[in-house]
Amino acid sequence: MKSKALRLLMPALLGLALGMSSASAQKKYDPGASDTEIKIGNINPYSGPASAYGLIGKTIAAYFKKINADGGINGRKVTFISYDDAYSPPKAVEQARKLVESDEVLLIFQSLGTPSNSAIQKYMNAKKVPQLFVATGATKWGDPKNFPWTMGWQPPYQAEARIYAQYLIEKHPNAKIGILYQNDDYGKDYVKGMKDGLGAKAATMIVSEQPYETTDPTVDSQIVNLKASGADVFFNVTTPKFAAQAIKKAAEIGWKPLHLLNNVSQSVGGVLKPAGLDNSKGLLSSYYLKDATDPAWTNDQGYKDWVAFMNAYFPEGDKTSSFTVYGYTVAQTLVQVLKQCGDNLTRENVMHQAASLKDLQLGMLLPGIKINTSATDFYPIKQMQMQQFNGERWESIGPVMRGEIGGS
Amino acid sequence: MELLLHQIFAGLSTGGIYALMALAIVMIYQAIDQLNFAQGEMAMFSTFISWQILQWGLPYWPTFFLTVAISFAGGVAIERIVFKPLKRAPVLSHLIVFIALFAIFNSGAGFIWDYTIKSFPTPFGTKPLFGNSLISSHDAGMIAVTLLLLVLLFLFFRHTRVGLAMRATAANPESARLVGIRVDWMVALGWGMAAAIGAVAGMMIAPVVFLEPNMMLSILLYGFAGAVVGGLTSPIGAVIGGFLVGVIENLAGTFIPYVGRELKLTIALALIVAVLTVRPSGLFGNVVVTRV
Amino acid sequence: MAEHRFIPSGLRARLTQPQMLLTIGALVIAAALPFAVKNFVLFQLTLAMVYGIAILGLNLLTGFNGQFSLGHSAFFALGAYTAAIMMDRFGIAYYWTLPAAGVACLVFGFLFGLPALRLQGIYLALATFSLGVATPQILKSGPLEAWTGGVQGIVILKPDAPFGLPLSSDQWLYYLTLAVVVLMFCCAANLINSRTGRAIVAIRDNPIAARAMGIDISRYKSLTFGVSAFYTGVAGALGAIVIQFVAPDSFTFAFAIALFVGLVVGGVGSIPGALFGGLFVLFVPNIAEHVSKGLAGAVYGVILILVIYLMPSGAAGLVELIVGKLVRKTARQN
Repeated sequence: MKSKALRLLMPALLGLALGMSSASAQKKYDPGASDTEIKIGNINPYSGPASAYGLIGKTIAAYFKKINADGGINGRKVTFISYDDAYSPPKAVEQARKLVESDEVLLIFQSLGTPSNSAIQKYMNAKKVPQLFVATGATKWGDPKNFPWTMGWQPPYQAEARIYAQYLIEKHPNAKIGILYQNDDYGKDYVKGMKDGLGAKAATMIVSEQPYETTDPTVDSQIVNLKASGADVFFNVTTPKFAAQAIKKAAEIGWKPLHLLNNVSQSVGGVLKPAGLDNSKGLLSSYYLKDATDPAWTNDQGYKDWVAFMNAYFPEGDKTSSFTVYGYTVAQTLVQVLKQCGDNLTRENVMHQAASLKDLQLGMLLPGIKINTSATDFYPIKQMQMQQFNGERWESIGPVMRGEIGGS
Repeated sequence: MELLLHQIFAGLSTGGIYALMALAIVMIYQAIDQLNFAQGEMAMFSTFISWQILQWGLPYWPTFFLTVAISFAGGVAIERIVFKPLKRAPVLSHLIVFIALFAIFNSGAGFIWDYTIKSFPTPFGTKPLFGNSLISSHDAGMIAVTLLLLVLLFLFFRHTRVGLAMRATAANPESARLVGIRVDWMVALGWGMAAAIGAVAGMMIAPVVFLEPNMMLSILLYGFAGAVVGGLTSPIGAVIGGFLVGVIENLAGTFIPYVGRELKLTIALALIVAVLTVRPSGLFGNVVVTRV
Repeated sequence: MAEHRFIPSGLRARLTQPQMLLTIGALVIAAALPFAVKNFVLFQLTLAMVYGIAILGLNLLTGFNGQFSLGHSAFFALGAYTAAIMMDRFGIAYYWTLPAAGVACLVFGFLFGLPALRLQGIYLALATFSLGVATPQILKSGPLEAWTGGVQGIVILKPDAPFGLPLSSDQWLYYLTLAVVVLMFCCAANLINSRTGRAIVAIRDNPIAARAMGIDISRYKSLTFGVSAFYTGVAGALGAIVIQFVAPDSFTFAFAIALFVGLVVGGVGSIPGALFGGLFVLFVPNIAEHVSKGLAGAVYGVILILVIYLMPSGAAGLVELIVGKLVRKTARQN
């Protein structure tokens, strides 16, 4: 008798259990997501001193237009809302609050600049809104323990500097290093990475450190000082305009050191060409994206897809600037994360999926470089490829490297 | 010793940039008794126009003079259209319009030509001057252009009727009007000349700092510093002031330990304030005496 | 020669009846707002009021005393960092930071006002502009980094409503700021209506006559500088608490220019105009961005020019004009 009742009960219980699990597989939405739409917020400097980076925001907007034209993400259209903060932290706070409280976006994506991101980090984490794939390489964005809602994207500046330090120790152990760096978070992060990478030898190897401000018209004075210090290695931590000036001035005064250029300014069209292709010969740098001006990629599928996108959706965008490749690739990363979310579009799941990227390969990432994240690893891209400029384009040298943080 | 020499020459090169800008600033000050905060942006916009004309295929020197002419006309137009209604408005209103012009030119340039840096050609070549490593041909050429402009302005003001009329207008508009000088057009002429000088400045500066919408901002600052140090009423003073600011800034950055490099701009600005406190009308300016 | 034809309403001894009604009405609406609008809009309005206080400070110096300042962002920054350092490094409660920031700026402003005595008009504008430009660099510099946090800035915790009041953090800060606004605006009005105030305005309108009348120009000018800095410093401290973050990049000279724009648009020499200036500084760039993303700056510039053409005495002047016309119309009808 009892067993018969049990046998009747079992399917019922099973049915109930199945029903419950299918209920949890139903759609779950946080503000900003619905059956038809996903709202994505963004803060970019479209005016002010950093307005050159506004190109990234424009590229991302164009990419989401393409996604929508192709049917959206899991059938949902993307509404991309981007506000200008003019690189001012108070404005960034205002725009972030607007996006979260007024526009009610699901997440804020690719907010640009260390000061702006520092300003909104606490707010985003308190409100439990993803501050995803921030557009800065400062090392502090990969801290899941203290800021579980904030994640970077590009290789941290310190990791890149460590790669250069590693290279120098191996190939030029007796080098005398002169550093030109922008006197802010970004520049100082690179300098720290270089010093950490050199370890005990930093004190003897680094012979001159010259800072500059973005309000300086030229860096000529600093270059003169670096040459006078007797440095034979030049670690150039500058943004595009100043990088071009530095390369040009060094050539003008006849200073020919081993020249390490940070990858923020490695764009051929945006930096090397204005500086003079001849002057840039022999430059060393590292990168993780394909250079769109490199003819080696002409028949590469990833490159062809990117060109097709640019021609169709952003024809006025500057194809020689690496910012457009950057914007394209980071937008693709977000699309992958949102696709992985499926119908569970809660903010928590967005972060969970962002922290679950395994060996993601994207069209404009250099071959061998993959995106990987985990619950304890909030640095999606850690690998870089060292490269040397041969007067026409960047040639890869050596293997794909990882710049380890916390261990030299 | 060699470093000192190099830094002095580097300072003269950057100082040349500041001196050119200071000249444009003094020019406009002579005309309207105010500092035009949009001067740098107008110069930048002129340089973009010349870049565009070069892209369309015209060779350098025709483009140069065409741009100067366009800028002159533009300066006159701005004065006639934007500032004429404000003749009786207080100084503060004029300052606001300068700020507005700044925003318009800056934003407009970014919108039309975007923010990626562009290289701008120089007629003087890029090799070091006579092979030495102290100063490049372009920097030397720029200094030469500055001095040439100075001489031309001097001749204009001292030896032409129009120049005399402009000086009269600046010194005493009421009396000038009574003598039959068309004061309004003198002011417009002043604007045109300032815009033209600004265009020259922009085209000389762009090869060094690279052309982009934000290129003139800090240079305007240093130009102000140079003009003020030299004296806002003296073109020669402005030029000397510009060179002084460039050299001192470089030397401060190199030789003052620890803080020199980080506080270069602050030191330059402290210099302005110091000069102003000791000699309010600048090193070469005329002391203005008002009757009670 | 006096350059300002606009006679500020603050000089009248008492508020007229319509003005009194207007002010009370505005206060009632302001007090009720937090229960009608979203937290985010409250945040914006609070910030606009903060800018209003800063602009009032600038107005005291430039509008009423005739000393140009294009560098008031320096005092705002000093106030903000004073508050941040007190709260973050010393754990002092936020309400003490307001007077402390004010006093620090009072001293610093007075000290800066002393050499500024020798400078007139455009030269003073340049000297103050230099101060504004140099501020971010000084804040970032090595020797001060231990205090200021250098380029990284300082993050501050947002205070909650005291005594367990059922107010959100935003609502509480709104009321606090509103209270500070009322207090400081009343003090400013009292100052302007007093003998000291008349001396200050006399110095602006005709310094030589003022000196002939026995007014100690140097003393009043430096004092005004100090008081002006006090106001802007308190605003800075409030601003730091509202935004919860200070960094050198928050206080560039672009901000000094914005304060100046707010001054002129609100109405030079008008105390209530400062609030309108604050609203303008906060909201108009947003409007400009809404109109055109790529040309936001140009749209802003055009709006500025239109404002100068149509409202040459600022918003306050326009209100005076309209109220004056209405009063005359009703007088004629009676």
